[in-house]
Amino acid sequence: MSEQLKVPTMAEMMAEGKQPEILFWVGSAGSYDDRAKKITRAFVKILNKANVDFAVLGTEESNTGDVAKRAGNEFLFQMQAVMNIEVLNAYEIKRIVTCDPHSFNCLKNEYPSLGGNYDVIHHTQFIKELMSSGRLTLDGNTFRGKRITFHDPCYLGRANSVYDAPREVLKKTNATLIEMKRHKGTALCCGAGGAQMFKDAEPGNKEINVLRTEDALETQPEIIATGCPYCNTMMTDGVKFKEKEGQITVMDIAELIADA
Amino acid sequence: MEYLPNIIFALLLIAGIGYFANNVKKLIRNIKLGHKVDANNHKSERWRNVVNIALGQSKMVRRPVSGFLHVIVYVGFVIINIEVLEIIIDGLFGTHRIGQEFLPAALYGFLIGAFEVLAVLVLVSVIVFWLRRNVIKIKRFLSSEMKGWPKSDGNIILYFEVVLMCLFLVMNATDTVFQTANSGNVISQFIAPWFNGFELETLHTIERAAWWLHIVGILIFLNYLYFSKHLHILLAFPNVYFGSVEPKGKLNNLEAVTAEVKLMMDPDADPYAVPEETSEDEVPAKFGASDVMDLTQVQLLNAYTCTECGRCTSACPANLTGKKLSPRKIMMDTRDRLEEVGKNIDLNKGKFVDDGIQLLGDYITNEELWACTTCNACVEECPVSINPLSIILEMRRYLVMEQSAAPMELNNMMTNIENNGAPWPYNQMDRLNWKDEE
Repeated sequence: MSEQLKVPTMAEMMAEGKQPEILFWVGSAGSYDDRAKKITRAFVKILNKANVDFAVLGTEESNTGDVAKRAGNEFLFQMQAVMNIEVLNAYEIKRIVTCDPHSFNCLKNEYPSLGGNYDVIHHTQFIKELMSSGRLTLDGNTFRGKRITFHDPCYLGRANSVYDAPREVLKKTNATLIEMKRHKGTALCCGAGGAQMFKDAEPGNKEINVLRTEDALETQPEIIATGCPYCNTMMTDGVKFKEKEGQITVMDIAELIADA
Repeated sequence: MEYLPNIIFALLLIAGIGYFANNVKKLIRNIKLGHKVDANNHKSERWRNVVNIALGQSKMVRRPVSGFLHVIVYVGFVIINIEVLEIIIDGLFGTHRIGQEFLPAALYGFLIGAFEVLAVLVLVSVIVFWLRRNVIKIKRFLSSEMKGWPKSDGNIILYFEVVLMCLFLVMNATDTVFQTANSGNVISQFIAPWFNGFELETLHTIERAAWWLHIVGILIFLNYLYFSKHLHILLAFPNVYFGSVEPKGKLNNLEAVTAEVKLMMDPDADPYAVPEETSEDEVPAKFGASDVMDLTQVQLLNAYTCTECGRCTSACPANLTGKKLSPRKIMMDTRDRLEEVGKNIDLNKGKFVDDGIQLLGDYITNEELWACTTCNACVEECPVSINPLSIILEMRRYLVMEQSAAPMELNNMMTNIENNGAPWPYNQMDRLNWKDEE
């Protein structure tokens, strides 16, 4: 245990009669996946460092239903959504931040018509906000001059047109940002979306994550940065497949900033 | 007999436009087989899209070579067709180049000159297009769904354009009065010498032949549209208007499901309540889509609008890695099935008779549907705002909610969400454990 994180839950906040500035939606990957949990912890480290008054739902959080919806199970999605909305509305949540672009998209775009209206932002947007308001400052030396390429998560980029926040945040680390040929609107998917994460791919001649990793390798990066736990898994596997794990690390922007 | 040409012309015009109008009526009827969509919102944004994306071709030029050539053909097509107005007036009233009489000579010369230059530019572009399709092996024109008719269709359109442009230039070159006036014949003056030594009478015959063939060609081309991918020249505009104005990641929430979920969550609901009496012809809601009638009118309009350019497929991660899924094929299949349904209705006096065929299974396989990553690359690429992903998702909904036919691993994932609120079999009570781990 390196350092103790301060992670208040909404239940604790309510018991103390407090309302946090923002709710951190951890998401299923961020809660259970070993790799993604590190991203979650890194983001909390940032929140603690910037003295952000936040809370999580903890055991009261449940899957957004996003992946069920994309698999075609609208029933399950709406059941999950209605349950989550009940909890969120009971706590009178106004603002939500999440490290998962899939949760981000789902909470922001698909919850409102079911009664869940919140101001939802992605963690890269929130980090940018913390930096520009001066609440978070970076030492800016850890990644100075490092070659970093950013892989746009589909549900952040194309799905919601958030292209600049992650790039602006990355630039603050003083790293050299190199774009892949396919980036922003034309970025190639990592292969995990639309419930693919949970099944084998259909027969083909290549895995999508390998193709996307090849895109990234063309930029000769030291670090492949992402803003999505699923992209992270896919790119990490791709780098391993290419036997480059010795030279290249795949990191979430939260992890970069937490160390920068 | 003096008015015979005028009468023939008028009859041709009526037949050509009449047959086309009849097919447009069919097209609208077929589109209306789909569910209604409320598109009365965001009007100003919709019109802005029509101006930028459809009129302004803003998404076409993202691929500079084909985009630039396409703009030339598009601008040429629209502007040269002003000439058709003159042809129609001349044809109906037996005049010759009515514009020459009513417009200032300089303006008329400028207009025809511009048409001639554009005609040459269109010719060059169309030849490059032909080379791209037939000689330079561009991958997106070689996919399996492009074999047979779709390939011929693409070429026939190009041949039409070559013939029409040539007829227009020959018509001007052999028009001795026009050549003598020497205004606006910027290109045709170089073609005119090819006919040196021809009798005046012969020249006149060639000019008349080119004139008639030009207008007949245009009428044939107009009627060809309905049977071709080329319909996009008309449908691109309404299609862009009705295209989504929401963030691409937003999927619709099925209202029929919302009603049932609300009932399930309602603590006051009586689980043993007798269902309300429903009338005989009331069909219970069907979840998702297995055939074209289950799709929305916008999705069906999408299908008719698709011009099979394949930009979607060339950006699709599944297709790029050798999977069967091709978003273009989804659109072509939807259109072909809709046409099949339309013909069925024509044959059966206005009523669809079950033909034992449906879009799902007979046209689109489960394997294609399950290969989609919902990444929206196809939606982003489409220059005319078609959304293949929305159709894929509707069919997945049918597979899962009506047939429980999801791949086994997905069923496991969904069971996990139902049982413990996560796609993996972890205990809900462990959701905050990350806090104390490292």
